Amino acid sequence: MTSQEPLAVGVPLVELRAIRKSFGDLVANNGVDLTLRPGEVHALLGENGAGKTTLMRILYGLTRPDRGQILIDGVPTTITSPKDAIRCGIGMVTQHFSLVKPMTVTENVMLSGARLGPLSLSVARAKVFAAADRLGVTIDADARVGRLSVGEQQRVEILKALYHDCRVLILDEPTAVLVPQDVEALFATVRRITTQGLGVLFISHKLREVALVSDRVSVLRRGRIIDTIDAAGVEPRYLAELMVGRPTVGVRRADTVRPDGTDLAVAKVDDVPDPGTATAGAAPVLDVEDLTVAGRGRNAVDGVTLQVHPGEIVGIAGVSGNGQRQLVDVLCGIEKPTGGRIRVGGRDVTGAGPHEVIAAGLGRIHEDRHGALLTDLSVEQNLVFEHLNEFRRGPFLNRHRIRAYAEDVIARFDIKAQPGDTVGSLSGGNVQKVLLARVLVREPKVVVVAQPTRGLDVGAAEYVHQQLLDRRAMGAGVLLVSEDLEELLALCDRLVVLFEGRVTGELATADAAPERLGLLMTGAAA
Amino acid sequence: MIRLVLRGREPRWLAPLLVGCAVVITYVLTAPLIRWAGANPMAAYRRYVITPLTTPVSIGEVLLTSTPLLFTGLAVAIAFRAGFYNIGAEGQFLVGAVAATWVGTTFDGVPAAAAIPFALVAGALAGALWILIPALLRVGFRIDEVVTTLLLNPVALLLVQGLLNGPWRNPVSQFPESAHIGPGFNFPTVIPGTRVHLGFAIAIVLAALAWLVLARTATGLRMRAVGLSSTGARFNGVGVERTMLSSALVSGAIAGMGGVSQVCGLQRQLTGEISAGFGYTGIVVATLGALTPVGVVLVAMLLGDIVVGADSASLVLQVPPQMGQVVTATLLLVTVGILVLRRYRPVVNRRRRTAETRAEVIPLEEVRQ
Amino acid sequence: MIDIADLLTAMFVSATVLVYASAGEVVTERAGVLNLGIEGTMYVGAFVGFTVADHTGSPWVGLGVAVAAGLVAAALMCLLTVTLGVNQHVSGIGTTLLLIAVCDYSNRLLYGGGQLVQVKTFPVLFKDTPVASQYLLTYIGFLVLVPFLAWLLTRTGFGLRIRAVGENPEAADVAGISVARTRYAALLIGGALMAVAGAFLTLAMVGTFTLNITAGRGWVAIALVIFGRWRIWGAVAGALLFAGVDALQLQLAITETFAHVPREIMIAMPYLVVIAALAASGRNVAYPGAYLKPYRRI
Repeated sequence: MTSQEPLAVGVPLVELRAIRKSFGDLVANNGVDLTLRPGEVHALLGENGAGKTTLMRILYGLTRPDRGQILIDGVPTTITSPKDAIRCGIGMVTQHFSLVKPMTVTENVMLSGARLGPLSLSVARAKVFAAADRLGVTIDADARVGRLSVGEQQRVEILKALYHDCRVLILDEPTAVLVPQDVEALFATVRRITTQGLGVLFISHKLREVALVSDRVSVLRRGRIIDTIDAAGVEPRYLAELMVGRPTVGVRRADTVRPDGTDLAVAKVDDVPDPGTATAGAAPVLDVEDLTVAGRGRNAVDGVTLQVHPGEIVGIAGVSGNGQRQLVDVLCGIEKPTGGRIRVGGRDVTGAGPHEVIAAGLGRIHEDRHGALLTDLSVEQNLVFEHLNEFRRGPFLNRHRIRAYAEDVIARFDIKAQPGDTVGSLSGGNVQKVLLARVLVREPKVVVVAQPTRGLDVGAAEYVHQQLLDRRAMGAGVLLVSEDLEELLALCDRLVVLFEGRVTGELATADAAPERLGLLMTGAAA
Repeated sequence: MIRLVLRGREPRWLAPLLVGCAVVITYVLTAPLIRWAGANPMAAYRRYVITPLTTPVSIGEVLLTSTPLLFTGLAVAIAFRAGFYNIGAEGQFLVGAVAATWVGTTFDGVPAAAAIPFALVAGALAGALWILIPALLRVGFRIDEVVTTLLLNPVALLLVQGLLNGPWRNPVSQFPESAHIGPGFNFPTVIPGTRVHLGFAIAIVLAALAWLVLARTATGLRMRAVGLSSTGARFNGVGVERTMLSSALVSGAIAGMGGVSQVCGLQRQLTGEISAGFGYTGIVVATLGALTPVGVVLVAMLLGDIVVGADSASLVLQVPPQMGQVVTATLLLVTVGILVLRRYRPVVNRRRRTAETRAEVIPLEEVRQ
Repeated sequence: MIDIADLLTAMFVSATVLVYASAGEVVTERAGVLNLGIEGTMYVGAFVGFTVADHTGSPWVGLGVAVAAGLVAAALMCLLTVTLGVNQHVSGIGTTLLLIAVCDYSNRLLYGGGQLVQVKTFPVLFKDTPVASQYLLTYIGFLVLVPFLAWLLTRTGFGLRIRAVGENPEAADVAGISVARTRYAALLIGGALMAVAGAFLTLAMVGTFTLNITAGRGWVAIALVIFGRWRIWGAVAGALLFAGVDALQLQLAITETFAHVPREIMIAMPYLVVIAALAASGRNVAYPGAYLKPYRRI
């Protein structure tokens, strides 16, 4: 026999065969095959809900598949927990970091695999620094993780994997919370570790990034791998079609390309009517003046001034965590500003609560669907909840009137549910429809809407966009807060960019090239 | 190893089946203790559950015994429903009894038409006052109400004992018991031939009112919203703090009225044994009754049944009466434990050396988005 | 005149119960679980310790079996709150009710519920020295247990796991830590210590078992954990405060100024002081991140 040969070239680091996983009625992975080669960056591309995260959770042992096989270095392996996965050399950086905020960087990094006995903190610190060197980054090992920036926290996450000598690194939507510059740094890091022989599985729904950093791309749609192709020289349009399943036209949320091949950077969509006529001269329906909201350390919202006029959609652009949430919370009346004024339809509602804000004519579509709705109550109860007093008969609620109202709204907004259904039992798209319907049926003067299409499939997202456009056509104003630049570029007439709570720039969508937006979003001079 | 996995849909027959299993399991778990006392478990259970329902007089005793539980169960249910964990119903009950005794002995000449409402109001105020501090601490300072309401229970008991050992001690017998309340304060009997008194009727009326408010009014809907999701309620403009505070005060008031009922309806005086842990049992009643007024009424009567049965069983079968509480507590724990299976099903984790390799073609099912 | 030496002596004795109980609860709550079964567990420790000591003549054997009983009680809470994920308020109060009922039931069967049998209690060390004349368990509690637990939580991998599981169980899970097993361990440790606290009541302080012997001290321990901000030393400080006030009221009760004050008000003083201390300790106390939340991995 010949002497021991090194691992045969061509044996993949990881192979997934025929993986199937369902949650109750929902089939998340439907017979998925996937391989990862050493030194490869393999992107897993698909829309929200396609099954990418579930697949990676299976690989990392957070979930067990119903059927299928996992092979590590060609050997069938059972992974029943993250401990097993780590032992097989798999590390994962989740979308929402798995960090214990009150503990230090060192404690967080050594958490996995720490022996039960006394901790040797100095040894651990040394290892942390060594791992940081491999990554090519610097880190303060004794800092409390809760105090670090998002980019630094992500680095800690990657350090964790390297600390345990992983050979496979799974990154789940790593750029969702990063500024463009941090994205560059991340990609450099990824390339650096693949040259050391590691394999990287990269989950994303963003075409451009995938094209930039990966060697191969597998496209997932509705729980199945549609195709696995080399990333070199691929046409983004082809990927988009695979992802979505049909030629992409009209208003879209995810990275898509128009069939005429126009550059993604120019995002004005043809069938959106020209807004130029609606806005000029009319008094603003929403007037925010020098708004300030205190935060931890510095102000979360710092002297923001903006206006929304009837018949226009104004977008708030910015990486999440720059004050958008607080701005929306104040406009919705659930948080109080520390300075400035808010006027809705001319009426001063600064510091007012939900009732006054709604009465002034502001519709609230908050990003937290489960916080904005009462998920344990029924659809009809949610639809009338903001206006219960209108449905009273004496001291009691008029159940017939509520039922009739609900049936009417359900029909008008095409909600696939019965009035008596619990909101919590509805699908994501229908929950969003309830949230929208509740607000839009009252025909508010201005609608504040945040992250409306997060987690929705393409059909549901289209519906939402159409509703917002209809509102605009009927003369209402819309303030759209979104982390999805493509969505903003497709829908909005004007963009206001927020960075660290301040408005760093305001520009018409036509003038909004992504590079310019990126600079504004990171606080560089406009 | 068995894990729990989220169910897709809950079959309709599941909940009743689980409750039935809970009863059986409770029996199985408590039987050894009964045997230890030298009695036959089946015979004991028959005494606990069935025997009290066999004669009109004993049915009356069941209703009588369930009366304080109706009050405390309702009080706890209302508070829990609003998200306020009132573990202090015991103390609120006791101070209500103290208040009733005070007005009953101080104004002992007052006629019934005025006396009874007076006593009820006094007890309600006392109970509400007793819960006020924990409620304010929770609403104002976000200090856990579990601890504060709990700690006030021993304090209330000390109050009772202090009064009975001191200024209210019976001067004639020197026993730690108060003087009798004036005749105007005695609750009349509502079912002739039994000891069932006005308190029972009041409790039922309160339960009906609670149901009406919760199910049919805007206020009730808002209260339910606060208990289900304070974020959602707040977003929708419900004053969460205000609702929690008012629910807590109502809860304290009802528990206090329970104390009034026990003094004016049954004991006619204050003694150290005025409460047999009714406040804590109220938590059992509220939980088993699924926090609904209807459930509370049914469970309170069931527990009253068991308590009466256990008392009689202790005489006949020599099984100590504490068995009733053992059965009650066991039933509670088994039931809440087993009802978890409504939403989760057990999955056996067979550790396989090699995973399956079949690659079937599975028809694409409707994917919920 | 208040005898300081007597006061301190009584304070340490009385505090021992609370130190064991609250230290156990700190460990449990740091892992994210509220154990309202503490009152019942202490009661079980008291009763079982007493009964076994009565039958065997040895308080040490009684203590050992009491600890075993505490582990059983904790196991019940493990099953309900960790495995099944039942609401922790309900499971805790239910467990307390059950354990107290079972003990009272057994007490009735074994002792006819009336006579008070005295048992051989633990010896007191340094019997004639003021303040230092304490039980061995007291010395162990303050000098060994407390530093050990504090070290365990902050400087060992085991403590790291407990803290992680209590702050962010998802993160702990991703790190490969079994959230369930860590919580089981925390609950069991807590249960054992609570049982010791209860046994100390019957086998040291009182010498016999009476109904309601724990008198709500379990609830006080819960308050002390919050007061001590989930730190072992903080809970110990709170225990000394409560026991100190308790010992003080015993002494004050016989002085002239306070002789007229009803005993019950004096006994209630420590409880009220704890509530006041909680109120004074300020708003928005930082509970462990995963407090009260059951964890299920689908």
